[in-house]
Amino acid sequence: MTQLDVARLKLDFPILGRTVRDGRKLVYLDSGATSQKPLAVLDAERDFYLEHNAAVHRGAHQLAEEATDAYEAARLNIATFVGARPDDIIFTKNATEAINIVSYAYANATMKSRAGIALDDDTQQFVLNTGDEIVVTEMEHHANLVPWQELCDKVGATLRWIGLTDEGRLNYDDLATVINSRTKLVALTHQSNLLGTVNDVSTVVAAAHAVGALVLLDSCQSVPHMPVSVAQLGVDFMAWSGHKMLGPMGIGCLWGKTALLNAMPPFITGGSMIETVHMERSTFSQAPRRFEAGVPMAAQAVGLSAAIDYLNNVGMQNIADHEHHLTELALAELSGISGVRIIGPLDTHLRGSALSFVVDGIHPHDVGQILDEHGIAVRVGHHCAWPVCRRYLVPATTRATFYLYNDESDVIALRDAILAAQKFFGVGS
Amino acid sequence: MKLENMYQEIILDHYRKPHGKGLHETFDAQVHHVNPTCGDEITLQVTQDSQDPTVLHVSYDNQGCSISQASASILFDQLEGKSFEVGLSAVNHMIAMLQRTEDPDEDILGDGISLVGVSAYPARVKCALLSWMAWKDAAIQAIGEERK
Repeated sequence: MTQLDVARLKLDFPILGRTVRDGRKLVYLDSGATSQKPLAVLDAERDFYLEHNAAVHRGAHQLAEEATDAYEAARLNIATFVGARPDDIIFTKNATEAINIVSYAYANATMKSRAGIALDDDTQQFVLNTGDEIVVTEMEHHANLVPWQELCDKVGATLRWIGLTDEGRLNYDDLATVINSRTKLVALTHQSNLLGTVNDVSTVVAAAHAVGALVLLDSCQSVPHMPVSVAQLGVDFMAWSGHKMLGPMGIGCLWGKTALLNAMPPFITGGSMIETVHMERSTFSQAPRRFEAGVPMAAQAVGLSAAIDYLNNVGMQNIADHEHHLTELALAELSGISGVRIIGPLDTHLRGSALSFVVDGIHPHDVGQILDEHGIAVRVGHHCAWPVCRRYLVPATTRATFYLYNDESDVIALRDAILAAQKFFGVGS
Repeated sequence: MKLENMYQEIILDHYRKPHGKGLHETFDAQVHHVNPTCGDEITLQVTQDSQDPTVLHVSYDNQGCSISQASASILFDQLEGKSFEVGLSAVNHMIAMLQRTEDPDEDILGDGISLVGVSAYPARVKCALLSWMAWKDAAIQAIGEERK
């Protein structure tokens, strides 16, 4: 049963009270793309700019101290949220940048090594040789696929991937062959943004660590929706974005194990990430500042911290249970419509709330357009996971995603609008 | 209702029964255009007439939403067997109509004037233009080959 008082929560999100398309009540089912923001997040950002604004980690005046304290308090809050040490949390522009920090660590270490520069023993593990392998899965978002393709091209490594079953799960039978002694890194998503599948991370971690490979987890679709602890997961890196978890746009996080982060050549270099600078060469700070060149996004960090407080207040397990209930209802309602096919697991076991579907005889774009006319905001297209569409032989899908501010009436509105689309296009029963 | 303006019956007819769909074995130029935000795709060929090289033949295959499919079918109706100049002027008029800088002209666009409702939905304008931009690209290549 749903335990959240959604009607009360919705009051914290004024945008959910507006109308769209000639007076239709907004039904927001696109939180997988970006979540809406509660007033507490907007207030926190505004308060930072009104009362404490200064460039952090520079200057000795009072505002600089307050801004720096607010920025670092945000880091501690976010670290606690995922069971991490604050110094192991790096603020980035978004999850894409977070993943690129790791892919460029490999590229930069490899290029330096090939240029004859002596590297520390710890940094050597980021040097790739021809024939080394990077492993991804067939369900990755482009953000956790393209950086690895580019890395492999640059250094002569080989990209391999774990395939998918017809049911929308990882094909765990692939693990034994795809992950082997040549594997250096396994990059996978915690929850597929298109299929909704939640992966069995510990099984993949065990296979990777058994051959000495590191594991990077894309948790963009899990950290906002369920309790996540880096210690429990056992991964080596984790990347996620702030704007999908009630936080502001323009901030994401990379978490990594301390020793790994401090061994990684930095990605973006410049001010404030250095230790010493001479005309010939420079040395770099330890994490997190090693990866935070330039004046950072302090107001967004403060906003994200307020989002964490909001989520903690509601309770991550409560949110997960609530979404589980809505997903169960949506799977039942949509499965009951003749001509609708769900792309992804049909049961709620190890499944999040991202629900992709196709309607026979209506292109996903046209489905989305009719839904929009009914006030329902969904995502259409390939969802930056084009290979997943190819795997299931669909050009695109329509995707609904549920979050803490959605309720059963939103699921019913979705069902009714799909029926209306079928009627409009003269398909279905 | 704006939606009925976009999905006029004539558009849905073209979508359900597209005109001229299918690729040729030989052609002077072939292009493949995609709309990367949604995955709509078209392969479009332009072939100069063997008797009169100023006459251009068009053939295509595509997949995508009703708007992109219907638009390609309409393009075939309007541009098959026409000259480069006539075709280019139709492409330019289609763009102007969708940007609402020119009123729809049935003499130039035929059924294409039914696509005017798409201009109310900026995200769908690319769907309507995909085949027309592909024709322009292919026609320039075909004419260019001739001029070498």
